Amino acid sequence: MMAQALDILSWAMLLAGATFVFIGGVGVLRMPDLYTRMHAASLTDTLGTLLLLGGLMLQSGLSLATFKLLAVAVFLLLTAPTATYALANAALLAGRLPKGTTLPEDFKQ
Amino acid sequence: MHVILTFILLFAAWLLWSGFFKPLLLTLGVLSCVLVLVLSRRMGFFEKGFFSLHLIGRLLPFWGWLGKELITSNLQVARIVLSPSLPISPTLIKLDALQKEPIGQAILGNSITLTPGTVTIDDHDGQLLVHCLTESGAQALKEGEMNRRVAALDD
Repeated sequence: MMAQALDILSWAMLLAGATFVFIGGVGVLRMPDLYTRMHAASLTDTLGTLLLLGGLMLQSGLSLATFKLLAVAVFLLLTAPTATYALANAALLAGRLPKGTTLPEDFKQ
Repeated sequence: MHVILTFILLFAAWLLWSGFFKPLLLTLGVLSCVLVLVLSRRMGFFEKGFFSLHLIGRLLPFWGWLGKELITSNLQVARIVLSPSLPISPTLIKLDALQKEPIGQAILGNSITLTPGTVTIDDHDGQLLVHCLTESGAQALKEGEMNRRVAALDD
């Protein structure tokens, strides 16, 4: 009974994670420019990955594999925004300003 | 001293996660740990601000709060992506980081980027330039709850 409940929860998390990854992909296609596309891609980075990894953890139970999955989740949450920042900052330094926005007046370069 | 401690931690992690004990692979493991140490040293990792344990203690409650923010903002952005009219209003705002140390500013910048709908695109002397997907998201960020919570991490 308990095992079944865990299995159902795990599958629900895997499906929800897959849905978020899919929505992230749709968003990347629909958004108008680089910066807005990155917002959509972060759906895939965060809740999508977390739900998928959480579902897998429930599948593997209390084991070394679960601990490794937890480590993967922590490392992804630390590195994904760093990579996003590198991409966004490179685009900004290359002189590509986000569509439809202006720099705040009090921002000093 | 810090270098040796870090090496021991790194190699223990390597052993735990690989589970390999062949001489060739062990050598490669040691080499990769040394490479990490050399790179960390070049980045000034050992000069100051090493392993502050009280930071780790405060980090866990902060992660809990951040997790809650992650879920709500994920749902908001998912709704925007799926609505046919694509109701976005991209906005750039400047945020003055309340944190003095670079590590605090890095945590703030990364937390902003991690929550969907806001991306840090520049950090210049504690001035963060943030790109927001919607104006309401920009307003919420300007209220500064995340800024204060990150600043409270390293008092």
